[in-house]
Amino acid sequence: MKKSNIIMLIAVILPLGLFLFPLWKITLEAPQYPTPLGMYIHINDFADANPHDIKNINLMNHYVGMKYIPEAIPEFKIFPAGILITSLIGLIIAFKGNYKWFLYWFILMVVLSSAGLYDFYLWEHDYGHNLDPKAIMKFTNPDGTQMGFQPPLFGSKNILNFRAHSYPRLGALFLGLGIATSLIAYLVGRKNSKTTEQ
Amino acid sequence: MNTMKHILKPIASLVIVLVTFTSCNNTKKSGSNSGALSSNVAEKVFVAPGEHDEFYAFISGGYSGNLTVYGLPSGRMFKEIPVFSQFPTSGYGYSEETKPMLNTSHGFIPWGDSHHPDISQTNGEIDGRFIFINENNTPRIAKIDLQSFETTEIIEVPNSAGNHSSSFVTENTEYVVAGTRFSVPIPQRDMPIKDYKGNFQGALSFISVAPETGDMDIKFQVLMPGFNYDLSHPGRGKSHGWFFFTTYNTEEANTLLEVNASQNDKDFIAAVNWKKIEEYVNNGGGKMMPAEYAHNVYDEHTHTATSTIKKEVRVVNPTDVPGAVFFLPTPKSPHGCDVDPTGEYIVGNGKLSANLTVHSFTKMLDAIENEKFDGEAYGIPILNFEDVLAGTVEQPGLGPLHTEFDDQGNAYTTFFISSEVVKWKVGTWEVIDRKPTYYSVGHLTIPGGNSRKPQGKYMFAMNKITKDRYLPTGPEMEHSAQLYDISGDKMELLLDFPTHGEPHYAAAMRADLIKERSRKIYNLDENNHPYAAKSDAETKVVRDGNEVHIYMTTIRSHFSPDNIEGIKVGDKVFFHVTNLEQDFDVPHGFAVLGQNTSELLIMPGQTKTSVWEPTKVGVWPFYCTDFCSALHQEMQGYIRVSPKNADTPIKWSMGEDIE
Repeated sequence: MKKSNIIMLIAVILPLGLFLFPLWKITLEAPQYPTPLGMYIHINDFADANPHDIKNINLMNHYVGMKYIPEAIPEFKIFPAGILITSLIGLIIAFKGNYKWFLYWFILMVVLSSAGLYDFYLWEHDYGHNLDPKAIMKFTNPDGTQMGFQPPLFGSKNILNFRAHSYPRLGALFLGLGIATSLIAYLVGRKNSKTTEQ
Repeated sequence: MNTMKHILKPIASLVIVLVTFTSCNNTKKSGSNSGALSSNVAEKVFVAPGEHDEFYAFISGGYSGNLTVYGLPSGRMFKEIPVFSQFPTSGYGYSEETKPMLNTSHGFIPWGDSHHPDISQTNGEIDGRFIFINENNTPRIAKIDLQSFETTEIIEVPNSAGNHSSSFVTENTEYVVAGTRFSVPIPQRDMPIKDYKGNFQGALSFISVAPETGDMDIKFQVLMPGFNYDLSHPGRGKSHGWFFFTTYNTEEANTLLEVNASQNDKDFIAAVNWKKIEEYVNNGGGKMMPAEYAHNVYDEHTHTATSTIKKEVRVVNPTDVPGAVFFLPTPKSPHGCDVDPTGEYIVGNGKLSANLTVHSFTKMLDAIENEKFDGEAYGIPILNFEDVLAGTVEQPGLGPLHTEFDDQGNAYTTFFISSEVVKWKVGTWEVIDRKPTYYSVGHLTIPGGNSRKPQGKYMFAMNKITKDRYLPTGPEMEHSAQLYDISGDKMELLLDFPTHGEPHYAAAMRADLIKERSRKIYNLDENNHPYAAKSDAETKVVRDGNEVHIYMTTIRSHFSPDNIEGIKVGDKVFFHVTNLEQDFDVPHGFAVLGQNTSELLIMPGQTKTSVWEPTKVGVWPFYCTDFCSALHQEMQGYIRVSPKNADTPIKWSMGEDIE
């Protein structure tokens, strides 16, 4: 097996770490929560950072009319399937394909991950803005528009009495490393093929 | 102690005056030496906002019947744990679930007199799993779980009266021991009081503690002569397997004890070889006698206590077990009975003596082996005083009551009459230091006391008289306590803090052993209460004759249901309230207008029940008593009470109107 194909094989295997580790974490800090509330986003699940955190986030959020974080969302079926299919394609490429296919897989993964992030953003936006009209507390921005409570996609942000943090976790790192490694596989493969051509 | 207080208060006031002028090592009034308090004293007790204390102190509430939790060195009170008394703050003893905890063979008793807390041990060291405390008046022993800080078990002690030489644990918590202060006819019967002598007996009860669960059971009672068994402590290390009890009224007087029980030059410390008696009992020794006593157990999963009346108890006649019980003569009505960390020395605090008597365990064993007896009392051998004496602390103060030990080989004894704590060296018996207390100190506590490994650093004295220590609050005041730094050669007074009720003894220990295990919530998934509603969907109202059961939930910030109709005058309404919260420190309360019991304070995941028997037609509000959330004031509901003969159907709702 060629060196570039071995690298490609590693690139394909790495994103499977998503099934082991959480993709993202949202943390909410406030003075009366000495242990912050937190939620892990796995590829197929929402999970408490500490027991009952999601229940308690929901309880907080109902005051401003936010919807409950659902038990399951369609993405929990689509994302794992997507990763399994792209992994399968990647495996075939790693064993059969040449370096050009590595690049195509890289592009495919970048596009799909971006789509995934965009989908996450849309959900967050809806979650933070689509509020119950009978909300207990209604807040408006200085310009009179309804205040939203969307957590940041990436980074930290103050939301009322909370400070919200949103950062990728180990699963996202594995995905990113896998994608980057496929680019390396492409570059190594291209270099090798140029060497052999000469 | 109360009786003592009455005897000694007048003496005390006289003697204090005398001592002030005569004793070279007595102390000045606090005012005159306050300038000597260096500024770093404040730093030593300062626990910055948000920081935690280094030690827990569990201080008995005496006639409050409860146990209070303090932090050291700050002297801040964190909690009052209801034990033997009804506690309307939480509904303990009022809620249907906890009423059985206060059941006894004499029926429901709403009050108790708690005395001596002691923490469970493993290998002679404090393990912080449970704390035990005795009830003096209607003899009982309670166990408090130090994960939930709740009373989870209470056992009544039959054949006992004035359960005072209690509740001290052996070094692997094999037993929690409960001795009787008052001797009584055993079994109880109608007889002339004047026939006390020779007819009354004193029961020393050994209550086994199951290693895993902590379940208590009276393994056996030793029926001793009719003396007063005042205090006790277990042997440890080399003396593990023995238990020591001070006695007074060996005169066996039944009237005017202040005079008649103070005649003998020496009373006794009873040394009981419980291992020997345990072996005897395990081989079928002793006999089961009819008795009646309650055993009350709280289940953390059903959140409910059950009370069982037991019908017999095993009793042992000490003369049937040769070599099991001996008397050590000890001067003048000894009060405290304290064993040093090595287990070698047994201190008899002869409260009417000027000296402190210390017995040697090794010498005691030697005297027993060589049968150096000086007569007997009711068949129990009396050892020769000189043969068992290890030493005497000469003239340390007036009215010695209790002794505790540090980890440096020093002992600290309280003196009620001269109102001071005296530090002395174990082995050389020399007095090292003395510091005044304010005023008339009873017990003192060093963290890790009653163990092989005292944790040192601090000692606090619990006083019986407060007088001018704080802003006055009328004739009745909380008692005062003083905290001393004992890390140096000389004790240093750090802090004066009020305590709740009348603290007798206290148990203290390093906080780190307990605080990580402290429970935050009860898991709703593990709630097996038969009337729990674990979601809004499970709420309902069920009529059964004139009983109505309301399965109610609370979560920020509503009750479900919050509109209830169909109740009639004469009904017995059970509000079974489940707190659906699963977040730390979010209790909800429940109160309904005209409730003849107390409110309920329901912890997250818990179910509690309050009974309401409406007497008036109307629409009555109920509400959450705990400021639970920003919408706490909205957390309310209505219950409609119709006339007795009305036909209003049972209906309930939440979020919409009852149609």
